[in-house]
Amino acid sequence: MIQVRNLSKWYGPVRAVDNISFRIREGEIVGFLGPNGAGKTTTLRILTCFMPASSGSASVAGFDVFSESMAVREQVGYLPESAPLYPEMRASEYLSFRAKLRGIASTDRPAAVERVARRCRVADFITRPIGQLSRGMKQRVGLAEALMHDPKVLVLDEPTMGLDPAQIRETRNLIRELAKDHTVILSSHILPEVEATCERTIIIAAGRIVASGSPSELKERITGSSRLIAEVRGPAEAVKTAVTGINGVGKVQTTLVDGWNRLVIEAQPGQDVREDIFKIASKNGWALREIRREVASLEDFFVQITAQQNIEREGHAST
Amino acid sequence: MRNVLAITQRELGAFFFSPIAYVVLFAFTFMVGLLFVFLTDNFTPGSEASLRDTFNWLPPLLCIAVPILTMRLISEEYRSGTIETLMTAPISDAEVVVGKFLGAFIFYAIMLAATLFYVVLLSVYGEPDYGLLASGYFGLLMIGAMFVAIGLFFSATTHNQIIAALLGAFFLLLLTILAWIIVQFTDVEGPIQLLLQMVSIMDRFQHFNRGLVDVNNLVFFCGGTAFFLFLAVKVVESRRWR
Repeated sequence: MIQVRNLSKWYGPVRAVDNISFRIREGEIVGFLGPNGAGKTTTLRILTCFMPASSGSASVAGFDVFSESMAVREQVGYLPESAPLYPEMRASEYLSFRAKLRGIASTDRPAAVERVARRCRVADFITRPIGQLSRGMKQRVGLAEALMHDPKVLVLDEPTMGLDPAQIRETRNLIRELAKDHTVILSSHILPEVEATCERTIIIAAGRIVASGSPSELKERITGSSRLIAEVRGPAEAVKTAVTGINGVGKVQTTLVDGWNRLVIEAQPGQDVREDIFKIASKNGWALREIRREVASLEDFFVQITAQQNIEREGHAST
Repeated sequence: MRNVLAITQRELGAFFFSPIAYVVLFAFTFMVGLLFVFLTDNFTPGSEASLRDTFNWLPPLLCIAVPILTMRLISEEYRSGTIETLMTAPISDAEVVVGKFLGAFIFYAIMLAATLFYVVLLSVYGEPDYGLLASGYFGLLMIGAMFVAIGLFFSATTHNQIIAALLGAFFLLLLTILAWIIVQFTDVEGPIQLLLQMVSIMDRFQHFNRGLVDVNNLVFFCGGTAFFLFLAVKVVESRRWR
């Protein structure tokens, strides 16, 4: 559905997008994740035909974004960052205007507006001037506009930016729902959001793609051992010695938390010593009240890998 | 065509919502009233029932009024970011510019229509030459079209409305007043005089005002309108490449 090949974009001397390539299949919901300034918005703008690339090519629904721009625009619904709208128009007027631009016949327009209004839950304030709406409401109107012509592809640039937690949850649910009938590509710099909504994540930093895959695939790439947290009640020294003695256990740190020993155990990667800890505790008659595994998070991965890229980019810039 | 009309409709609606448009409407109508009463010979018994003298003063007035009307047309889109949703819709840049031009021009025509009141006044108290009046209005529509195109062009060049208005007004005053003054009151000769005469909007308008609907003036105004609309399209297109 979306194919990007060796795409680059220069803003004067600054290379915003550096030779990226990726593919998105029909029906996928993909998250474009990266720190601010990574090139996410630029890439999305090239895909939606707002600006041309400096080199490379991209195609959406089989149409090239440069030479068949009108055809691409008809297939794409775009919600830019900060959902720009006309403050003097009423939401219904705006949606009607966009429906007209999309080629929806005048007899079908009211029905189309009603359909998207219901889907995005803007019907309650649809007659209010856009200037009077809150951030979250404007975002929903923008999303309704993007859905108006039932596009094959939805491009959402930071769709939850500036929303409160309840609105964020609502928007995520809506996006997940929409993904059933559309191909969705969204961008964000908020990790949990991409983890929560997308099947696949493309991590971009300093204009380059540094990783791509589903959240679980990416987590597997994280280097470093896993940690175990356990809380055991017993004599501190004995507990520590016993646990350290388990096969596969590395360092053990204990702290006393109201009578319980809180153990942070570093084990060899791939070794699940939780059962052994249970056995030791029950053999010695020590109560065990929590045992859990902490996998290195996606966040660590993200920070690690994007920091690397930023250093490299700065290195290039200073040479 | 449908795209153009959609934009036209939206822009016209936006004009009626905008307080600046009403201020300009009021100020313009007021100024025309003042001109009609004080600066012309209309109230001496036996004088000609015509709006010619009133119309004579309109081009300088329009040099200020029209750029103020058109200043927000594209600048506002840049400022608010709505240019992004506009330029990613299946509509060409030319359709956007033409649509905005038509919207502004229709509003301008409505503004002119407010002066029809004086025509009614004249017909009640005298026998005005309707042909002359028609020619005068036609001339005003022609210069209006060109002024709107020029204002639209300057609006496309910047995201700052004030700069768009100032540049537009300055440029129009140059073409309208300055050229005329230089030709009338100084001793320029040869090619410079020729150039200034060709460009002098005041000169050309006065032909319309006197009842002369001249083909070369028609070509000038229609061509000038088309030229600045073309430039505006190019400027808007160039935004994509930056």
